[in-house]
Amino acid sequence: MIVTIAGEKKEIEQGTTVSRLLVLEKVQTPEYVTVAVNEQFVDSPLKSERVLKEGDQIEFMYFMGGGR
Amino acid sequence: MAFSDEQLERYSRHIILKEIGPRGQRKLMDGKVLIIGAGGLGSPAAMYLAAAGVGEIGLADADTVDLSNLQRQIIHTTADLGKPKVESARETMLEINPEVRVDVHQTLVTADNIMDLVEKYDFILDGTDNFPAKFLINDACVLARKPLSHAGIIRFQGQLTTYAPGRGPCYRCIFVEPPPPEAVPTCRQAGVVGAMAGVIGCLQALEAVKYLAGTGALLTGWLLTYDAMTMDFRKIKIPSRKNCAVCGENPTILKPFDYQAAVCDL
Repeated sequence: MIVTIAGEKKEIEQGTTVSRLLVLEKVQTPEYVTVAVNEQFVDSPLKSERVLKEGDQIEFMYFMGGGR
Repeated sequence: MAFSDEQLERYSRHIILKEIGPRGQRKLMDGKVLIIGAGGLGSPAAMYLAAAGVGEIGLADADTVDLSNLQRQIIHTTADLGKPKVESARETMLEINPEVRVDVHQTLVTADNIMDLVEKYDFILDGTDNFPAKFLINDACVLARKPLSHAGIIRFQGQLTTYAPGRGPCYRCIFVEPPPPEAVPTCRQAGVVGAMAGVIGCLQALEAVKYLAGTGALLTGWLLTYDAMTMDFRKIKIPSRKNCAVCGENPTILKPFDYQAAVCDL
């Protein structure tokens, strides 16, 4: 099935959870990455439960601590 | 109040813009912006806001200029090594535009002083380099109902969003809590390309200019991300978080507090 990850369409397997997607996408320190699916937050406790569906729009938001 | 001939010339490129014009320039000149962190992000922001004639610019930073700062903190020069950053920055800003007033706060911003500090300013710009400071500034701006440009940079990446009082969402809506110390790399550990501070700090300055002049759409509700390796800018819609601890419907954070900073960040 096709989902959109950070603005790009991608084929993923049926039944993929948000947690699994973070692994597949090789996201570093996934426990500290904020995930939104279809403009709704999927908070850490729910990442392993939330199963993605065809057409879902997924965004990752990363901690960036620099500035000085 | 009318502009002097010198002001008409100095600000002519703003005044000629229909989106700013004489009224917008006057608003800039009446505006007060606080920049917390006179470093990578704060340098270009402070220089452009001074050049724009923003009437009063506050600078808060406790540090002195270090050789490792100069790769990106362009408001400071080699001759400034060892000087307080706020003093060095102030000198550069007044060289660019002696018309602006620069208030220096050579102090670490903490829960004890932040509310007094933000109170007199119209717009706050976060140019700090650690998560405890970013959360503290966010909470204080929400509590004091001050608009805030938040930004972060690392390696070849940067991002920013603008909090508008009463409208949210805020930085805490996105990230909830700071990561544990050492869990997420800092610029000191991971590095940052110098010009990234320029790109993102300038975008913060633009948000301040638009806010003060009352023009355009701010990044409220959006996280703008920039990846210099691919040259992709993306605007990510920030979902609303009704249970946000500071800006949500039933806030539990009613006054600012300090998180323990990782020692390496300071």
